[in-house]
Amino acid sequence: MDKYETHAYDVVVVGAGGAGLRAAIESSARGAKTALVCKSLLGKAHTVMAEGGIAAALANNEPRDNWQVHFRDTMKGGKFLNQWRMAELHAKEAPERVRELESWGAVFDRTKDGAILQRNFGGHTYPRLAHVGDRTGLEMIRTLQDRGVHQGIDVYMECTVRRVFVADGRAAGCFAYWRESGRFIVFRAKAVVLATGGIGRCWEISSNSWEYTGDGHALAYWAGADLIDMEFVQFHPTGMVWPPSVRGTLITEGVRGEGGVLKNSQGQRFMFDCVPELYAGEFAETEEESNRWVQDVIAGRRPEARRPPELLTRDVVARAIRREVREGRGSPHGGVLLDIASYRTPEAIKKKLPGMYHQFKELADVDITAEPMEVGPTCHYMMGGVRVDAETQESTLPGLYAAGEVAGGMHGANRLGGNSLSDLLVFGKRAGEFAAHEARGRPSLPAINEDEVAAAARQALAPFERTDGENPYALHEDLRRMMHKYVGIVRNEEDLKIALDELGNLRERARHVKVGGTIQYNPGWHLALDLANMLDTSEAVTRAALVRQESRGAHTRDDFPDSDATWGKQNVIVRKKGEPMSVATEPLSEMPAELKQLLKGG
Amino acid sequence: MADDVVLKLYRGDAAGGELVDYEVPRAPGMVVLDAVHSVQAMHAPDLAVRWNCKAGRCGSCGAEVNGRPRLMCMDRLDKYPPDEPISVRPMRTFPVVKDLVCDVSWNFEVNKRIPPFQMREGVEPRFSQAEADRVQEFRKCIECFLCQNVCHVLREHHEQEQFCGPRFLVRLAGLEMHPLDTADRLPLIHKQFGIGLCNITKCCTEVCPESIAITDNAIIPLKERVVDRFYDPVKKLFRVLRGR
Repeated sequence: MDKYETHAYDVVVVGAGGAGLRAAIESSARGAKTALVCKSLLGKAHTVMAEGGIAAALANNEPRDNWQVHFRDTMKGGKFLNQWRMAELHAKEAPERVRELESWGAVFDRTKDGAILQRNFGGHTYPRLAHVGDRTGLEMIRTLQDRGVHQGIDVYMECTVRRVFVADGRAAGCFAYWRESGRFIVFRAKAVVLATGGIGRCWEISSNSWEYTGDGHALAYWAGADLIDMEFVQFHPTGMVWPPSVRGTLITEGVRGEGGVLKNSQGQRFMFDCVPELYAGEFAETEEESNRWVQDVIAGRRPEARRPPELLTRDVVARAIRREVREGRGSPHGGVLLDIASYRTPEAIKKKLPGMYHQFKELADVDITAEPMEVGPTCHYMMGGVRVDAETQESTLPGLYAAGEVAGGMHGANRLGGNSLSDLLVFGKRAGEFAAHEARGRPSLPAINEDEVAAAARQALAPFERTDGENPYALHEDLRRMMHKYVGIVRNEEDLKIALDELGNLRERARHVKVGGTIQYNPGWHLALDLANMLDTSEAVTRAALVRQESRGAHTRDDFPDSDATWGKQNVIVRKKGEPMSVATEPLSEMPAELKQLLKGG
Repeated sequence: MADDVVLKLYRGDAAGGELVDYEVPRAPGMVVLDAVHSVQAMHAPDLAVRWNCKAGRCGSCGAEVNGRPRLMCMDRLDKYPPDEPISVRPMRTFPVVKDLVCDVSWNFEVNKRIPPFQMREGVEPRFSQAEADRVQEFRKCIECFLCQNVCHVLREHHEQEQFCGPRFLVRLAGLEMHPLDTADRLPLIHKQFGIGLCNITKCCTEVCPESIAITDNAIIPLKERVVDRFYDPVKKLFRVLRGR
C-alpha cells in the first residue's frame, strides 16, 4: 500500500463538538499530548445547532432548585432506566461546568441582578437552562474552541476516523483519512476518546447534519466494546415540516419554554389530554391556568399556576403530535401548529428567539411574530450508545472512552432538553481527565499491526475498484426511508422484522456501491464509507427495539403499548460476537437508598 | 424544462477549473445548497462542497452565487430569475481546494494569535443584560468567513500578513468589550492585526448573514480606542515625559 502518515499521542479525541473539545481541553491541561480529530472544520460540529440551553441547577431563577431535583427530573424523564450514577454526577457537576464556561468567556443571558438567566424547558421542574437566546450551542462551542486553541492541542480538521485499533485487549490508536487529500493517517495512542455524536442520518426526517452517521457507535462496536440502550432514539416533537427543503430542521423547545403552545387544525390545545400518569397533577389543566403561568414567567414572578402541558417530555409530545396528524387533525403539510405570536409581543419573540424568527422568515416565508409555525417530529438524538463506566467514561474495552451523545446510559429511555449540553461538559471533562490519567500511567505506546493498517486501507479504497455498482446517495436515501418507515416513533414486531430483512438487502447493495472521481475531497466516496457505520448502527437499533417488548420513553411498541416493570429493570446490550450481532439483557445496577428516596419527592 | 433549474458550478482545483452546467428539478422552498446536493445525488457524486447544519447556524457553506457572497443554505432559488442559470463559485479570497471548497486555514491561524479571554479575578461574575447585549452581537458570528472574502484589504490587496480581517476584529471587539475580561489587546490590534488598514467601506457588514454591524459596532469603536491610546497628542506627550 501507499505510504501513510503516523502520529503518536497519549490521547486521541475523535470528534470536536462540545464533548470532544471539553475532553481535549482537560486531557491537554493534565499534561497528556492530545490530538483532536474532526470530520468538519473546527467549530462546525453539531453542537452548534443546540439552541435552548444548558441544564444546570444554578438556582439563579428559582432558589428551590438543587442537584437533587435535577437528578429526579432526569431519572423521571428517562423513565428510570438511566445509569443512576451518571445522572447523579451530571446533576451535581453541571453547575460547576457552566460557571467554568463563563470563566472562559461565555456570555449567557442575564437575570435582573446580573446572574446567569435560566429558562424553563420540558421535564424540568424549575427554570434551569442557562442560555443565549436560541444559539446556546454556538456560544458553547466557540468558547471551548477559543479556549482549546491556546492549550497546545493538535487539531486534525476534515479528517475521518475509520477504525479503532486494538492490541493486547486495549485500544491502541486509530486509522483515519484526510477528507481533502484522501491520504491515510495512523494515530498511535495510549487512550482514545470517542465523542462523535449521534446517528440521525439513518432517518429520513432528521435535525442532524451529514456528520451524524453513527461513527463512534460503529467504531466501538467493531472494536468489541458494548453498546447500551440502542432502542432509544429521540424524535424531537418540533421540527419544521414545510417547505420540503427544511423538513426536519430543528425548532427549539425554547419556543414552548417562552410560552408557545401547540394546537391542532381545529384550534384545540391537544396536550391537555396527554399528561401521563407519571406526571399526573403536575401540569396546568386549563388554558386559563396555563396562561397565568406564562404571564408569571414573563413578569419574572414565581408562578403559582402549574406549567403548560406543552412542557411535557419530548417522547410524550412527539407521540401526541403524531396522533393528531394520524387522526386527521393535522396542519396543511402534515404537522400541527406551534403558536407563540398569540402569547408574546413581536419584540420579545425577536429578542428571545432570533434564530427561529430568521429561519422561518427566510426559509418558510412565515413571520412567527404574527402567525403559527407548522411543526412535526424529527429524528434528533440518540440516547443509546457506548456503554461506559460512570466515573471515568471508559468503555468495556480498556483504553477506549466515550463522552457526549455517543455514550449511552445517562439519559435512559428519553433525554430531557438541555441535558445534552450539560452532559457534553460534565462527561467530556471526565473522559479527558481519566483518559489522560490512564495514558500517563502507561510507559509505552501499544503496537499496531501493519496487516490491520493495510486491511483498513484496502477496505477504504474498495469502492473505487468497483465498476458495476450503484450510487451511494441512492442507497443512503433508501436506508433513511426504510428506517423511518419501520423503525420510527412507533414500532412493532412485524415492522422490525421487515427492517432486519431490508437491512440485509441494503447491506448486499452496499457491497457493490461504486464511486467515481478521484480520492481528493470526494463526498461520494466519504458517504460510501459512512454507509458501513450507518448499516451497523441501524441494525443495532432495530435488534434492540425488537428485544424490548414494552413501551418506555422514546421506544414505543404498538404491540406492547404499556411499560413493564420487569423490563424497567433491564438494559439491552449489543455487542459483536460473531454473526449476527449479539443482543443480551442485563439487570440495572441497584440504586443506593438515599437516591431512591430522592425519586419519591416532588 | 420550466420545473428545472440550471446550475453552473465551478469544477476544478488549485490547478484551474471551469463552470459546468447541471440541470436538477426544483421543489418548493428550495435553496441553492439543495440544488447542489441534487447535483451530487444525480450527476456528480464527487462534487466537493462543505455544509453542516443547513439552517444558517454553522457557517460552512459560504460561496459566491451569481457573484454575490452567500450562505448557500439560506439562499432561496425563487429569489433568482426562473429562466436563467445560477452560477456558484468558491469564495475567491481563499485558495481553491476542489470545486466549491476552499482553503480557509489562514483564518484558524489568525485566531490562534489572539490572546485568550482573561477572567477578572476575585469578583462575582455579575453584569447586566445591556452589557451582555453589546458583546453578544459579536459572539453571534458563525465564522462563515464571507466578510473575510469580500474585504478589499484581503481580496484585492492580499494584506493577510498585516491585517486580520473583519471576522477577527469582531472577535477582538467581543473580547475587548467583555465586561469580565482584563487582557489588553490594543497594541496588537494597532500593530499586528493592522486595524488601520480598514478604510470602513462596510462591505463586510453588507454580507454578514448574522447582521452584525461589523464596521459600526466593532471596527470603528476599536479604531477609536487605538487612536485614543496611540495618537492622542496629550497622552503621547505624557508618555514621552514619563519615558515610556
